[in-house]
Amino acid sequence: MTRESCLNVVLMGLLLAVPLAAWALDEPFIITLTTRAVIFAIAGVGLNLALGFGGLVSFGHAAFFGLGGYAMGILAYHAQTYTPLMDWPFVIEGTKSMLVIWPVAIVASGLAALAIGALSLRTSGVYFIMITLAFGQMFFYFTISWSAYGGEDGLSIYVRNSFPGLNTMDPIQFFAICYGLLLLVLWGVHRMANASFGLALRAARQNEERLQAVGQVPYRLYLTAFAISGAITGLAGALFADLNRFVSPSMLSWQTSGEIMVFVILGGVGRVYGPVAGAALFILLEHTLGGLSPYWHVYLGAILLGVVLFARGGIFGLLAGREVAHD
Amino acid sequence: MSWILLVEQALNGLQFGVMLFLMAAGLTLIFGVMGLINLAHGSLYMVGAFAAAAVAAATGSFVLALIASLAAAALAGVLIEATIIRRLYDRDHLDQVLATFALILIFSEGTRWAFGSFPLFLDRPEALSGTVSLPFGIEYSRYRLALIGVGLAVAAGLFWMIAKTRVGIRIRAGENDREMIAALGVDISRLYTLVFALGAALAGLAGALIGAIQSVQVGMGEPVLILAFVVIVIGGIGSVQGALVGAILVGLTDTLGGFLLPKAFALFLSPAAATSVGSSLASMSIYILMAGVLLVRPKGLFGGA
Repeated sequence: MTRESCLNVVLMGLLLAVPLAAWALDEPFIITLTTRAVIFAIAGVGLNLALGFGGLVSFGHAAFFGLGGYAMGILAYHAQTYTPLMDWPFVIEGTKSMLVIWPVAIVASGLAALAIGALSLRTSGVYFIMITLAFGQMFFYFTISWSAYGGEDGLSIYVRNSFPGLNTMDPIQFFAICYGLLLLVLWGVHRMANASFGLALRAARQNEERLQAVGQVPYRLYLTAFAISGAITGLAGALFADLNRFVSPSMLSWQTSGEIMVFVILGGVGRVYGPVAGAALFILLEHTLGGLSPYWHVYLGAILLGVVLFARGGIFGLLAGREVAHD
Repeated sequence: MSWILLVEQALNGLQFGVMLFLMAAGLTLIFGVMGLINLAHGSLYMVGAFAAAAVAAATGSFVLALIASLAAAALAGVLIEATIIRRLYDRDHLDQVLATFALILIFSEGTRWAFGSFPLFLDRPEALSGTVSLPFGIEYSRYRLALIGVGLAVAAGLFWMIAKTRVGIRIRAGENDREMIAALGVDISRLYTLVFALGAALAGLAGALIGAIQSVQVGMGEPVLILAFVVIVIGGIGSVQGALVGAILVGLTDTLGGFLLPKAFALFLSPAAATSVGSSLASMSIYILMAGVLLVRPKGLFGGA
């Protein structure tokens, strides 16, 4: 076992042990806090696929996070008001079932990522950063002016959506669902990263010309990675909206894009489990520093600055050593 | 009269555009010369506005307030350039984005700590209050007209400086080949600090000038920053001409879109539906413009091949 996989096991174990201990001690707040970290971790794992493996610095992932949130918000809103989503050409009813909401969130944000990616990938470097940021803002302003679904005020859902056999309003059961999904996503991304697709994607990041010379099309690889990345972040958005039973345009704000990026960087770019460590550390900082001072973002900024300037590679870089170039 | 309203909206768009240019010019110069993407540019805009509001409240003089905004933003620029930004020139864009994102957090919360969360107000100078009569019976805000004048004058001065002066020649040389001008004996790190301070001062000036129309508050810089990004992406990153053209295009699209689109949809939709569809499309219009430009020219209108 390498140090990195040791770290992975310890990390996932801690993430499971903390809420279980909180459950035994009857501390639902800690469980909810950990659930937040798990959901952010899923969003970060999604972004990491594009950013870490593909080298695509997307500053617009809040759009996919928010789209997932609105997919859940809109479906549940129609279900709780007993109004159909649309009645022409055929009737579509709202739903409170997570098993329907998740695929809708994944498909909607995946398709949006496909469209945004197809346009944005015509550019590269700084242009790519800025154009993804601008597309994110476009969705943000759209949701603000979308008065049918609450506009600036957002949408509230009275009861958390349902999952067969579980009581989702119980914090530990909802945590179990999120943790299960995180494991599933991590397994999928791990498989993808080591399959020929992932290897080709990493090769594209390192040297596009060489990859082209062996007959691969970088654009297609990037676009696939970007769409899958958006879809995973969309799933996290649906869970996040369910956790809060509330969705609003702030989920799509550019600060959210920045925060998702911070999870990836704090943890370690290009490590499958990196964003999990990053999201957990972020929540820990938010909780401890936020208790110290209402201006805790100053400290967060200082820590982030320190990581970027002096500790490249994030937590995984510090604890597991430099990334191994040849497996 | 609807066309008088249209001319007024076009002037508003122009005014917005020249103010965006003040932001975008600094961003594009900093990128062109140092290869740095600076998210904290919006914070310098905010620093300028707060400095102006504080000095105006203490002295009552708008001119002193403007001088303070230039000085404070330039000083803040020099300070972060010398301590942090300088280490980022050789890093990749991801590191630059994150470090300057961290700077935004520090600037915003620091300002909130120093000035509180409530917006400050900066009054327009007495001499520029009220409206001015233009030909064809158009009444227009004297202050906004002055902003157009100041913006265009700064743009002209910047073009003159880049085209004619020694500093401008060095800036252009720095864009083309850093190693070469360093080899020719130009102190490159001083040039970098100078360019950064210049960009910061322009952002601070824009913050103070706009602060007198809107309120001065924490977080005021970021919406403008994102629009300035759209401007330089449309114009071509590194090109000051591109920034001017892009800024005016974005200013006009944003203002006229908000004015004309609801009216256009009212031709074939019910008034309520037209307002909601028109205004949501209008809020997205500049991003649609940007996507359109990049489809035709992925490097922007004035970007290199």
